[in-house]
Amino acid sequence: MENLEPLAAEARAAIEAAEDSATLEQLRVDYLGKKGQITALLKGLGQLSAEERPQAGAKINAVKEDLQALIGDRKAAMAAAAVEAQLSAETIDVTLPGRGQSTGGIHPVSRTMERMAEFFGAIGFDVVEGPEIEDDYHNFEALNIPAHHPARAMHDTFYVDEHTVLRTHTSPVQVRVMENQAPPLKIICPGRVYRCDSDLTHTPMFHQVEGLLIDEHTSFADLKGVIEAFLREFFERELAVRFRPSYFPFTEPSAEVDIQCVNCGGDGCRVCSQTGWLEVMGCGMVHPKVFEYSNIDTEKYTGFAFGMGVERLAMLRYGVNDLRLFFDNDLRFLEQF
Amino acid sequence: MIISEQWLREWVSPQISTEELAHQITMAGLEVDAVDPVAGEFSGVVVAEILSAQPHPDADKLRVCEVNTGSETVQIVCGAPNARAGLKAPLATVGGILPGNFKIKKAKLRGVESFGMLCAEQELGLSDANEGLMELPADAPVGGNLREYLGLDDHMIEIGLTPNRADCLGMAGIAREVGLLNNLAVCGPAIDGVPATLEDTLPVELLAPERCPRFVGRVLRGIDISRPSPLWLQEKLRRVGLRSIDAVVDVTNYVMMELGQPMHAFDLDKLQGGIRVRTAEQGESLELLDGQTVELNSDTLVIADHNRAVAMAGVMGGQQTAVSDQTTDLFLEVAFFTPELLAGKPRSYGLHTDASHRFERGVDFTLQTTAMERATALLLEIVGGQAGPVTETVSAAHVPERPDVVLRAARIKRLLGFEMEHDEVTRILSGLGLGVSVTDSGWRCTVPSWRFDIAIEADLLEELARVYGYNRMPTTQPTTDLVIPPRPEKTLALPALRRHLAARGYREAITYSFVDPRMQRVFDPGLHPVALANPISADMGVMRTSLLPGLVSAVLRNTNRQQPRVRLFETGLRFLPGEDCLKQVPTLAMVITGDRFAENWSVPAQATDFFDLKGDLESLCALTRSEDSFSFSAARRDAFHPGQTALLSRDEEVVGYLGALHPSVCQELGLNTALYACEITLSALLQAELPAFAELSKFPEVRRDLAVIVDKDVSAGDLLRNVRASAGSYLTDLTLFDVYEGKGIDPKRKSVGLGLTFRDSSRTLSDQDVNLAVDQVVDSLGKNYKAELRN
Repeated sequence: MENLEPLAAEARAAIEAAEDSATLEQLRVDYLGKKGQITALLKGLGQLSAEERPQAGAKINAVKEDLQALIGDRKAAMAAAAVEAQLSAETIDVTLPGRGQSTGGIHPVSRTMERMAEFFGAIGFDVVEGPEIEDDYHNFEALNIPAHHPARAMHDTFYVDEHTVLRTHTSPVQVRVMENQAPPLKIICPGRVYRCDSDLTHTPMFHQVEGLLIDEHTSFADLKGVIEAFLREFFERELAVRFRPSYFPFTEPSAEVDIQCVNCGGDGCRVCSQTGWLEVMGCGMVHPKVFEYSNIDTEKYTGFAFGMGVERLAMLRYGVNDLRLFFDNDLRFLEQF
Repeated sequence: MIISEQWLREWVSPQISTEELAHQITMAGLEVDAVDPVAGEFSGVVVAEILSAQPHPDADKLRVCEVNTGSETVQIVCGAPNARAGLKAPLATVGGILPGNFKIKKAKLRGVESFGMLCAEQELGLSDANEGLMELPADAPVGGNLREYLGLDDHMIEIGLTPNRADCLGMAGIAREVGLLNNLAVCGPAIDGVPATLEDTLPVELLAPERCPRFVGRVLRGIDISRPSPLWLQEKLRRVGLRSIDAVVDVTNYVMMELGQPMHAFDLDKLQGGIRVRTAEQGESLELLDGQTVELNSDTLVIADHNRAVAMAGVMGGQQTAVSDQTTDLFLEVAFFTPELLAGKPRSYGLHTDASHRFERGVDFTLQTTAMERATALLLEIVGGQAGPVTETVSAAHVPERPDVVLRAARIKRLLGFEMEHDEVTRILSGLGLGVSVTDSGWRCTVPSWRFDIAIEADLLEELARVYGYNRMPTTQPTTDLVIPPRPEKTLALPALRRHLAARGYREAITYSFVDPRMQRVFDPGLHPVALANPISADMGVMRTSLLPGLVSAVLRNTNRQQPRVRLFETGLRFLPGEDCLKQVPTLAMVITGDRFAENWSVPAQATDFFDLKGDLESLCALTRSEDSFSFSAARRDAFHPGQTALLSRDEEVVGYLGALHPSVCQELGLNTALYACEITLSALLQAELPAFAELSKFPEVRRDLAVIVDKDVSAGDLLRNVRASAGSYLTDLTLFDVYEGKGIDPKRKSVGLGLTFRDSSRTLSDQDVNLAVDQVVDSLGKNYKAELRN
């Protein structure tokens, strides 16, 4: 018994030093096997007195269990190391680029229009589209712009023939909706529009999103509320918004909407022509004549309408400095969106 | 419309800065586009008198002048041709500063000393005139500060007026607005009648009274047109953007800018008989003041004498009866023309004048006599002469009417969203010149003759809102019923399609809807596209019948910039002329060219081909959950490769096509790599099926592979259709996993590998079940396509 501790120490050292599982197995047999040295000690318990036996037996069994656990741990560690070695041989360069089709993208104009539709969709506006080659009636007359009205000069119109034009705004879509659906109405009309104008700041085709809300109690104050909220969310900024009286034949009162310059914060810069303000959209209360053309009761219903240039807002949002880039379709431009 | 701040302040002068004034009128709806000083920044410039001007000893074009500056006499070398003794002109003295921070110093010009610089208008930033020295009036105070003498601390305020505000096309109208905005009285010049000292009149007949219901005329005799306009008049005109011509033109322009009433002066001697205001004879010719001769249409109103048209009414006078430097007697015309009957006519002749701009929008129809008296008084003062009586010819029935407009207090709250103090309503409307009386429910208003834009209640609401201030008005969020709108699940949304294509490597392009007719003909030679009457340019002349001309051009733009690989798509309308009507069809088009994958380390470079595009297109079809309703069939199409083009059908209806661009078209366009394109009617891709659950079978599936040998021209599509039709109801999946031509196969034939998967939902299929199905397939393929099993 007196040699139990030295024997245990010797065994532990040997187990720690073992370098492969065969050595470990041999050590197990040498110490814990049927003829092993620890086993032999257990066998020698019979020579002890009945008083000493239980205590000595417990000691030897504790050493035995300890050595067994030690061998088990070492074996597990060796197995893990073997797997590790195997996997390490399979190492790849994880920084190599992934395989497959590169990602494309959505045109900034679409991106902006979709975003606008999302804002207005969230408060119940439906998206409606319509023809781009339009008749004179829907593009002008039903919007209270009779032939030879000076306001027609505000629209440089492309003509197909005397009575057919490329729509100069998406308002005719609103007329078509008002003709066919009874109020209340909440719609936005995104799409291409055309004006016969081409220079640094005008392209003959561009995009608008126009909106229309008709209900029994819609006021100019509501219009202001919707537009202000939209612009702040669109730019994700608490920017100042101001409404300036203006004139459109199809709304009254009419307003141009200016926002605090998003480039300089209102201090004045090149983008806002030093004024601190940027004109971003037009709006107003639907003109009673427009309601009359579409047989909507002006006593029962009121409504507001607004319209904005998509490219203009996209330029301000993303800092694009040249309108014409939108239609050049240069991949170096498209890839930025 | 440009106004001078000083001129405005003669009428009404609020104690606010120029900047505040500009902001104030902008926020009242008269948008200020620009505020510019009327002169450049300069100092040390005085009124000087040239005492003598001698030729420079060493320079032909220079003169050496003795100049009185008021405090001394200095020597100035000057190159201006009009430098002469006795002339008063601006002198920049030594130490003075001219615009552009140009400091005046003592100088030597060709050896002669010069102590300052005599100035032209341009050098002072007054105008572009630089042909000679600015000539100041003989009574200009020598030594006086030029800025003070000319009142140059003034601004030109440019206002972009909207077409409804014709009433602001004169100083009087702007002053009325500014007065109201600042609660100040407006004091215009007193305009008294000028008594007639002659009896001469000219008879006037209104032969088209609906177009010209009022015509005021007056004869002036014995004027001296050689007398120039006084400096104050020239300066005022300059500051509203007009050039001084002669006293008669200047006065008519002045009255127009002051009161908003255009007028015209004829040389009385050149008028024959009297005045007839009538419509033109078709084809009647008239030589206009600008020198051009127009053939008049019968829809055009003219001022005529008893022989011929002498002016295009409300637009421009005629050359034959124009005032010249020989003129001594005038006939002045001040008329009212009905705006809606004049509108559009000037433009039909390519004309747009200050007069037509006003008459088309509406001139106060009660203003004519006042304007005549104003002009007469000014003319007599400047060019002398004597005036005949004012003759007014009116067709009362045709003078515009101004029915009263009723405003209900309740509508203010309803439309504007707030209650406005009733006193404020009255103040604003009265301030605009309306006659306001209070009624039980609100107000009844008479409308002034200068307002052509007030006829209904909404017009009054606009005025209230505008003057009160949009930004002072409350802001609210609209409330509405919570209604769940329909959202048909079977309709796919375009944004989802866009995202799908973007995920597959496509970039969205947006190209113009109008294209080059030549490109259009390449792709759709059989269609006659809608042509624009007034295109921006010939190469944007027709509306596209296909999205491809635009997209292919976009590809070229990129490949020309060494982009090795382009994948683009676009959605938009195609404009298809039809027998009955034009169809505007929402369409999707895709184009690919160059490498299949972006350059990378793992896959060798491969050129893209037909099946890349087809695979992308099929993936779109799959979004509808109804792939089986789509089918492809070989086809031919203009501009496309005859052997690599297919039509896409959905449920037997052709909905699009795809293919390789014809190599000769590629070559013509300068494309070096093959280009594959497709164009699909969008509605076919947006109509989807709902998912429909099918029980998951607990029983195993059985797969059988067949290799069949068929003629090369048998299409895979036909084979697959045939297999599906003949395999019976256990077939759950069918794949085509191999196509082989070559060694071991008859050169006219090919081997096709087909994988058939069978399963039943209620039991395990027996060998017999599956063999029977496979036999049916083999039989059918044999009968229909002479197919043999490959060993």
